[in-house]
Amino acid sequence: MSAAVRTAPQPTASPAASRGVQESLFSRAGAMLVMGVFTLYFLVPIWWLIVSATKDRGQFTSTNPLWFADMSLVENVSALLRYDGGIFVRWIGNSLAYTAGGALLGTVLASMCGYALAKYRFRGRDTLFNVVLGGVLVPATALALPLFLIFSQVNLTNTFWAVFLPSLVSPFGVYLTRIYAAASVPDELLEAARLDGSGEVRTFFTVSVRLMFPALVTVFLFQFVAIWNNFFLPLIMLRDEAVFPVTLGLYSWNTQVNQIPELRGHVLVGALLAIIPLIVVFLLLQRFWRNGLGAGSVK
Amino acid sequence: MRLTKAASVGALTAVALLVAGCSSNDGSSSGGDAAAGACEPSDGAVELTFTTWIPGIEEVVDVWNEANADIQVTVQTGPNGNGGTYQNFFNQLKAGNAPDLGQIEYDALPNFRVQDGLTDLGACADVLAAQGDFVDWTWDQVSFGENGHAYAIPQDAGPMALFYRADLFEANGIAVPTTWAEYAAAAEKVKAAGGHITNFSQSDVNQFAGLVWQAGGTWFSNDGDEWGVGLAGEESTQVAEYWQDLIDRDLVSSVPPWTSEWDNAYNTGAAWTWVSAVWGANSISSGAPDTAGKWAVAPMPQWEAGDDAAGNWGGSSTAVFKGSEHVYEASKFALWLNTSDEALTLLNKGANLYPATKAGAALPALAEGVEFYGGQAIYDVFAEASTQVPAGFTWGPTMTQVYADVSDGFKGAVSGSGTLLASLESAQGSTISTLESQSIPVAK
Repeated sequence: MSAAVRTAPQPTASPAASRGVQESLFSRAGAMLVMGVFTLYFLVPIWWLIVSATKDRGQFTSTNPLWFADMSLVENVSALLRYDGGIFVRWIGNSLAYTAGGALLGTVLASMCGYALAKYRFRGRDTLFNVVLGGVLVPATALALPLFLIFSQVNLTNTFWAVFLPSLVSPFGVYLTRIYAAASVPDELLEAARLDGSGEVRTFFTVSVRLMFPALVTVFLFQFVAIWNNFFLPLIMLRDEAVFPVTLGLYSWNTQVNQIPELRGHVLVGALLAIIPLIVVFLLLQRFWRNGLGAGSVK
Repeated sequence: MRLTKAASVGALTAVALLVAGCSSNDGSSSGGDAAAGACEPSDGAVELTFTTWIPGIEEVVDVWNEANADIQVTVQTGPNGNGGTYQNFFNQLKAGNAPDLGQIEYDALPNFRVQDGLTDLGACADVLAAQGDFVDWTWDQVSFGENGHAYAIPQDAGPMALFYRADLFEANGIAVPTTWAEYAAAAEKVKAAGGHITNFSQSDVNQFAGLVWQAGGTWFSNDGDEWGVGLAGEESTQVAEYWQDLIDRDLVSSVPPWTSEWDNAYNTGAAWTWVSAVWGANSISSGAPDTAGKWAVAPMPQWEAGDDAAGNWGGSSTAVFKGSEHVYEASKFALWLNTSDEALTLLNKGANLYPATKAGAALPALAEGVEFYGGQAIYDVFAEASTQVPAGFTWGPTMTQVYADVSDGFKGAVSGSGTLLASLESAQGSTISTLESQSIPVAK
C-alpha cells in the first residue's frame, strides 16, 4: 500500500543558484522510465480490480480484462451487500472496530511507553528498550500459534478480544516514539511544566503529545494498515463468521469459489470496497505523515 | 494480497511442522482410547459445535435444532479445509478445544487419523447399522477398510463422468468416446477442427487421482502398521503415459485450472470436454454461460471396452473429534445430516453436494432435467457412476505434500521439462521421506 503514496517532492534548488551536479537528460529519462514502470506495476492490478468489479459474471471471463464492458457495478455491490444476510457489511464493521480501536489505543500505549523510555531515567531502561527492539524482529505470524494456545487457556479464542488485544501491541511504535520523543521534546520544556505545577500525565497529554504528533500519526497509520490487513491471526483465532474481519471473510469466500462460482464476483467487489477505508485514511493523514518522516532529518 | 498469501502458506507449513512435531511426543497415549470410546447418551440437554465450510449449512442445522430441542447444534463456517480449517482443527486438538464435529474431506482423513484426532464411531450401534445406507466405497473411505470401525460419516461424493459439447461433437461427426482409446482418437479430430479435447489439470492433482482411481489403482495402502506408497504403481503409470502422449501430441491444452482463462476456454468452445466430478456441472454452467444448452454428460471413457468403472474426485465426511464429550449425540446429528432426505435435499440445493448414500441418488431434486445440459437428466449418469467407483483407493497421511510435489512435476511436464511419470516417481521418493521424517512407518 505504502508504495502508492507519493514521496515528498525533492527540494530542487533553482538551477541558476545551484552548484550541484546537473543531471543529464539521459539519467533523468532513465529515472522517469523506471518510476513509470513501477507505477504501472502497482496500478495495473488496482485498475484490473476496478474494471472487474463492474462486470457481471458472464462478461468477467469473456471480455477484455482491462477494459469495461456493460456497467453493472451498482448491481454487483448491492448483490454483495445482500449476500448471506448482509454478512459483508458486518465484516467491514468488524474490521473497523478492530482497526480503529486497535490503532488508536495501540498508538496511545506505544507513545506512552516510548516517551517514558526516552524521558525518564530508571533502572533497566536500556534492557527494557532492547527487549522491545527484539520484539520488532519477531514476525507477527510466528506468534499466532502461541497466542492461540494462550488464548485457549483463558477461553478467549473465537471472540472479538482474541484479535483485538494482540493488535494493541506495537514494538515498532514504541521504538519510533522513543526516538522521536528524545529528539522533539526538550527536557527544558518538561522542567518548565513541572515548575508550573503540571503533573506528569497532564504534561504528557497536553505538551508532549503535541510535540510528538507527527510520530503518532505515523505509528497510527502503520498500525491501521497492519491491523486492517491482518489475516493470519484472525485465521487462527476465529471460527465464527460473525466476528471475522473483512480480510478473513473474503479469503474464506475465495476458497469456496470452485463450489459457488457466484462468490468470485463478490470477492472482487468486496476487495475493492475493502481498500477504500485504507485510501481514505491515507489521504486524510498523509500530510502529517510526510511531516513526521521528514522532521529531524536535517538538523 | 499475493504476498500475504505466500507468507501465510509458509507460516502454515511451519505451524504444521510444529504441531506434527509436538503431537508425536504424546502419541503414546493413543492406544488406550479405543476401549474407552463408549457411545452413551448424555443426561439432559446437549450443545454441540460443528465446523464446516458448506455454504448455506445454517439453514440445514436450523431444521435439526427445531426438531431436537435437547441436542442443539451451533455451526461455524470458515475457509475450506486446505485453506486453513484443517490446520485450525489440529491447533484446536492440541489446545483441547476442538469442536465436537467437523467437516473433513476423504483425502485428509488419514492425516487426522495418524494424528489421533478422530473418535472411532464403531462403538455407536446406530452408526454401524447405517453402513448399508452408504455407497460401498464411501464407507470404505471412512472406515479405512476396517470392519466394525468408522472414523467419520460419509457426507458427499464426487463420482466422475464425461462432460462434452454435444453440439460440436455432432456437427463434426465425432462419436462420443466410450473408451480411452476412442477418446485419444477423438482428440485428433477435435484438434483438426481447431479445438482441444480437454485441458490437462497441471495444478489440481485431484483430477489425476480420480483417473487413477477409475483404473483401479491406489496411491497408498495401510495394513494397520505400515503405510505403503504407490504413486507410480501400475495403474498410475498407465494413466500417466496415456496423458503424456496426449500432451506430447499437443492434443490437450494445459491452462491452469480454476482461472478465468480456463473458464474462457470452455466459454469460447476452445475446449470440448471435461472429465470431472458431479459438482463440475456447476463449474461449467457458471464459467461458460454462453454455451448453455450445448453440453451433455456421458459415462467416463473406459480402459477396456465394456468395462464400467468410474473415478471419484472430491467428497467429504463429517467427523467427531477426539475430546468430544457427546459422541452419541454428535453421531446422531451426523447421521441425520448425511442420510435424511430433508438434510440431503437442502445440502444439494444450497451447496450442490451430491449425497454419499444409496437412497440419496433418488432425491427428487436429482431426477430433474438440467436446462444447461439441454434438458438431460444428468444426475442419472452420476448416480450410476457413483456405484461404479472401485472401493480400495486409499489416501495417505501427507496429501498436502503429495499434491504439492506432484503438481510441481506436472507443471514442468506440461511445459516440456520432464514427464508425468517422472513427476510421480520423484513424488514417490519425497513422500516416503516425508512420512519417515514424521515417524510414520513405511512399508518397504
